[in-house]
Amino acid sequence: MNKMDKALHELGEMDDLAAQDSPIHRLSPLAKLLTTIAYIVTVVSFHKYDLSGMAVMLLFPVLLFQISGIPVRTCFYKLRIVLPLVMAVGLFNPFYDRAPLLTVGSLPVSGGVVSMLSLMLKGVLCLMASFLLIATTPIDSLCAALRRLHLPSMLVTLLLLTYRYVGVMTEELAVMTEAYQLRAPGQKGVHVSAWGSFLGQLLLRSMDRAQELYNSMQLRGYHGHFHYAPGRPFGLRDALYTLGCCAAFLLLRFVNIAELLGRLVVR
Amino acid sequence: MIEFQHVSFSYEKDRPVIEDLSFRIERGESVGLIGANGAGKSTVMKLLLGLLSGEGKILVDGIEVNRASLSAVRRRLGFVLQNSDNQMFMPTVYEDMIFAPLNYGLSREEAERRVDAVLEQLGLQELKHRHNHRISGGEKRMAAIATILAMEPEVILMDEPSSALDPYNRRLVINTIRALPQTKLITSHDLDMILDTCRRVILLDRGRIVADGPADEILRNKELLEAHRMELPFCLAGR
Repeated sequence: MNKMDKALHELGEMDDLAAQDSPIHRLSPLAKLLTTIAYIVTVVSFHKYDLSGMAVMLLFPVLLFQISGIPVRTCFYKLRIVLPLVMAVGLFNPFYDRAPLLTVGSLPVSGGVVSMLSLMLKGVLCLMASFLLIATTPIDSLCAALRRLHLPSMLVTLLLLTYRYVGVMTEELAVMTEAYQLRAPGQKGVHVSAWGSFLGQLLLRSMDRAQELYNSMQLRGYHGHFHYAPGRPFGLRDALYTLGCCAAFLLLRFVNIAELLGRLVVR
Repeated sequence: MIEFQHVSFSYEKDRPVIEDLSFRIERGESVGLIGANGAGKSTVMKLLLGLLSGEGKILVDGIEVNRASLSAVRRRLGFVLQNSDNQMFMPTVYEDMIFAPLNYGLSREEAERRVDAVLEQLGLQELKHRHNHRISGGEKRMAAIATILAMEPEVILMDEPSSALDPYNRRLVINTIRALPQTKLITSHDLDMILDTCRRVILLDRGRIVADGPADEILRNKELLEAHRMELPFCLAGR
């Protein structure tokens, strides 16, 4: 299996995850979307030095992984390309903020190191929450939920079509790469001199396809409005889940549970 | 049902792709539009669908194709594209099939009933909730036909419906096309398929009609076909 086939296979696996059945899968997409947004906002709002307070937020994705039956390793495996980028965000903080903030044993730890770890944790937590949302919600239901939140139709349509066509474009790229490699034996990857024409070709193919696709939509009565599947209705259970989660996030945001527990142990 | 009256079209000045084309297709007819590459088959389809506009007059069910009538005309026409991936743009087969009925004002319940009826008609019930990017080429072509049938069009236009299909799926598509009662206009290089599905054939060469008549006659005429860069269908070639 080459890299492209593997990518397509992985994309298919996301559909399989979303098609599973669990109490989380059975929730309304709108409830899951609102909860994820609330979670991300809460995580991002933590102070850059509040590492201990934020660490408790890990409970939410861990619980969701358990209830939905999605293995945590699947999440980290699928996010393996994005995770290093997210981790690299705060890499320079230790150089700018050198003032000691705390000591671990006898070792002083600077504010920069704490804020770097805090940024890394924020990134990982947000990615995990987003992954859980996508892994437990079919894309069309998610789009319907986004529209219910009055996100612009154009953006939602773009998301839906990108999801649908990322596989098709990957296939095209795979065909082009194979055609290249068959005429460049012994060469590893595509030579840098061919990158321009490669991307140009891909762009032209994408534009042709986009035109055909738009024609196809118009011929079937499209006039700027998509009708998304309504998905599971937002019921009492969903309201309780959303409110419960939001209340828990608020509690974890303003009460440092880790610190409280720590004090109990130290005392 | 469909009428072309002295239609001409060119992408560049003085290089006509379609020249003074006139023909008429009656309700219920199955017509194959054949010709070598560059003969103008796809352009004829696009003109009929209002994706291009040229000189002359095109009528669909008595309605002239123009900007003002596009919606009414397109509601009567169902176009099956050569590349099913370009046609199946929603995540699942079901969402794709329900797309047009919802756009044409049907309620979700009515549209769903129609989708189920079409899936049953074509024996594709198990495809209903499958993801478009995870079904095979043959299944995708059948689903694309189903998508069009869910519109309940009066005329079905097909661009190379048998291309890139294995023999089994090709036969499946042919049998499906034969069973459709609607007026059909099919462009293809697969002359065996045209022979199987169409009673009448229009042969185009460089944007002009060079023959229009019974499929059985035209597709057996070796001299005529070869004169216009075509060959006899394999089943008649005696090889």
